[in-house]
Amino acid sequence: MVFSESPGKIALRTLTRDKRSWISLGILFTVLFLSLIAPLYASSIAHTDPFVSTLNATININGQTRQVLEASTEGLGLGVTPIGPTWNPQAYFLGADNQGRDVAARILYGGQNTLFIATSAAFLTIILSLLIGLIAGYRRGIVDSILSRMLDVIWAFPVYLLAISLSVVLLTSGLSLGFTRIGPGSIALPIFIIGIVYIPYVARPIRGQVLALREREFVRAAIGSGAKHSTIIFREILPNVMPNVLVFIPIIIALAMLTESALSFLSIGVQPPSASWGTIINDGLALLYTRPLVALAPGLMIVLTAASLNLYGDAVRDALDPKTRARGDA
Amino acid sequence: MRKHSIILVSMLATTALLLSACSSSPSSTKTASDDTTSKGSFPAYDASLAGGIVKLVASSAGGSLDPKVNYTAQYWQLYQASYDGLLAFKYADDEGSFEVVPDLAEALPVISNEGKTLTFTLRKGIKFSNGKEVTVDDVKASFERIFTVSSPTAGGFYNGIIGADACLKKPVGCKLDQGIVVDAATNSVVINLIAPDETIISKLAVPHAVINPMGSPTTDAGTTIIPTTGPYMFKSYDPNKSLIMVRNPYFKEWSHDAQPQGYPDEIHYTFGLTATAQVTAVQNDQANWGFDPIPSDRLNEIGTKYADQVHVNPLTAMWYLPMNVNLAPFNNLKARQAVSYALDRAAMVKIFGGDKLAAPVCTFLPPGFPGHEDFCQYTVGGTPEAPAAAWTAPDLAKAKALVEASGTKGQAVGIVVSDDEVNKQMGEYIQSVLNQIGFKATLKPISGNIQFTYIQNTKNKVQISLTQWYQDYPAASDFLYILLSCGSFTPGSDSSINIAGYCNKALDVKMRKAMDLGITDSKAANKLWAEIDKEVMADAPVAVAFTPKQLDFISKSTKNYHFSKQYKMFLSQLHVK
Repeated sequence: MVFSESPGKIALRTLTRDKRSWISLGILFTVLFLSLIAPLYASSIAHTDPFVSTLNATININGQTRQVLEASTEGLGLGVTPIGPTWNPQAYFLGADNQGRDVAARILYGGQNTLFIATSAAFLTIILSLLIGLIAGYRRGIVDSILSRMLDVIWAFPVYLLAISLSVVLLTSGLSLGFTRIGPGSIALPIFIIGIVYIPYVARPIRGQVLALREREFVRAAIGSGAKHSTIIFREILPNVMPNVLVFIPIIIALAMLTESALSFLSIGVQPPSASWGTIINDGLALLYTRPLVALAPGLMIVLTAASLNLYGDAVRDALDPKTRARGDA
Repeated sequence: MRKHSIILVSMLATTALLLSACSSSPSSTKTASDDTTSKGSFPAYDASLAGGIVKLVASSAGGSLDPKVNYTAQYWQLYQASYDGLLAFKYADDEGSFEVVPDLAEALPVISNEGKTLTFTLRKGIKFSNGKEVTVDDVKASFERIFTVSSPTAGGFYNGIIGADACLKKPVGCKLDQGIVVDAATNSVVINLIAPDETIISKLAVPHAVINPMGSPTTDAGTTIIPTTGPYMFKSYDPNKSLIMVRNPYFKEWSHDAQPQGYPDEIHYTFGLTATAQVTAVQNDQANWGFDPIPSDRLNEIGTKYADQVHVNPLTAMWYLPMNVNLAPFNNLKARQAVSYALDRAAMVKIFGGDKLAAPVCTFLPPGFPGHEDFCQYTVGGTPEAPAAAWTAPDLAKAKALVEASGTKGQAVGIVVSDDEVNKQMGEYIQSVLNQIGFKATLKPISGNIQFTYIQNTKNKVQISLTQWYQDYPAASDFLYILLSCGSFTPGSDSSINIAGYCNKALDVKMRKAMDLGITDSKAANKLWAEIDKEVMADAPVAVAFTPKQLDFISKSTKNYHFSKQYKMFLSQLHVK
């Protein structure tokens, strides 16, 4: 007898053999680890509170006491400039921002918010898209028409325009969901907004796939045998949709991360004094001439993380796609 | 010292004028010009230097273009070159610009009736930019319009005109038949006051008292252009884009001190540039000047590479935080005092650009201003009862204890600031401080276009905000009475300049007493103003942060820079040909 391996196992084996997945996972886990140790870094290494303005703080560098925000002594003596990178993890490793806060500590905390919001928003998108796609594709008819038109409404707006519009409105008033209320400054707001705006981009392909699967023999057989709708959806259709969903996850996380950063950069995402990579870039905008690293460092983190997620998404797609696998094997 | 003494000279000139009127018999009269001396007039107009376009840039527009409604330094600077009142502040440098000179009036008023009647003669032959001649009927209509459009200073500046009380109560159809008496035959305008007012001369020189044509809109004109009398008129105004001023074809110079001929052919104001972009535009000679405070990121660069294009001038102004005394948590005295103790004024000075550009203060009257005395109740070692001599450092421990004792700990506080870079940074700092002392603060940056009126309207329920105040005229009443008297608080209005909503009737009486005293004894009046300053600050309706200097960064091709302490840089006198 010949026992063939399950598609899942084959995909996993392909994925583990793919260097891209290891490189991207390595970067992602490093970023995640650094973000998770933010409180430890701030309290035990840098000895700073990155959420408190410390404009009159001083630090000791090589026995010299220096102001964190130094007044100019050249020319007319105008202006105050935050201290630049000391490259010393114990004191303003990447320098200070214009509130005298430790940029390195804020970037680590910012990573927590950015990654948490992006991941949560992506899962909200995936879950809602799955529900909509499965129901619309399986039920067809009027249910499909209503759900599809709802998706069309969201799709009619460019993602960023919709996200900005929702943010501007909800930032001032908050959001009441009946059973709960999200306050104006809560990070649940960007999660909700980003989670909503990407639904059509995931739900429509899923719906299309479900529509096709519904006509397949094994689904017809299940219907013919009198199986419940829920059983057919979750036992017969969902497992066949999941490979595509798995491919979507890293891509949607990356997109959500970029959207969150954009919203925060526009001051309509994470609200100060909380930090996200987008808010730090916004803070750094006012220091581009004197301390460009304040904007560049979080930008670099966004690029690294988004590129890694996309790379990992490509690797997952290749691992789950039999045609690609076949080409790779050949 | 010079600054202080000349401000007093200006004050004393007015005071002496009114004093003489009071001390003489009711029938005796005296011309104000007898008491004023001309200081540093500009050189005569040189046509060979005329021409070109002055290009100004700002992050946002200054709101309504109506000169009776707009109360921003941004547009008052423009009105100086476009609108005229019976009187005007002189075109002169520095303290000389505090001097009031006759503008549309032939001379300073003849004051009689114990200082309660001011008689002017309107100049003949002056035309509005629509070609119509300025008449005494326009003058009367303009004073009535102050009330019909609910000018922000209607209650604070002009409530002493007979009939003003009724107009304040019912602005629609306001008539000042007894307060403003005009005679077309003699071209005379008589202003009758309920009581002598030591500052009326200055109040008649500010833009809210300019003369508009009869028939101008009876509500805020907004973006509708009202004809001017000065060398420039407004051609177009789009608050989202630009404002263009061109030469008024009907203008002929009638007073070089009050309204000299302008040099540039046009003045263009472009909105929507960030403060950083404004600096870059000036560096590249694409703009002559930027309105917004220069971001601290660029200050070192312009202070070193462009030092010869930089002008720094002291201002009688303040940056302050009005706290809404009618809304929690700042309806609690201890909560307000906590904010005043917690503010690190030196930190805010740093955000503004350092100690070359600002100085920490905690008095309501700025240093060098009539009535100012050095004291600080809210600093380490100071208390409202026993103030320290000056601000040295914040007292966070005391601030936290006060918040705890007030029972307001943990309450949500919204901070409304303008959305330009400097204000946003200030806001973020204030948020940090409020969070440190126990509040849950959120920052609400809104467009500078609307922030100033937004924070005035009680309907918006603003708890605390950051704003600035630049003197209208050099008198203590312009700060204390205008900003904190009961009369300046109009609930539900965008023109409620008492932003804190503070109304202390006992202090109101004291302020009126100080104003009356100023007519006869300015020294005693100033002492009383200093007392009032302490009493007001003990109630802490506002937290004063610092007094700024004006930094003007002009392009290389911009010449003939002159600075008025009243309206900042004289736009009409710039040479940009």
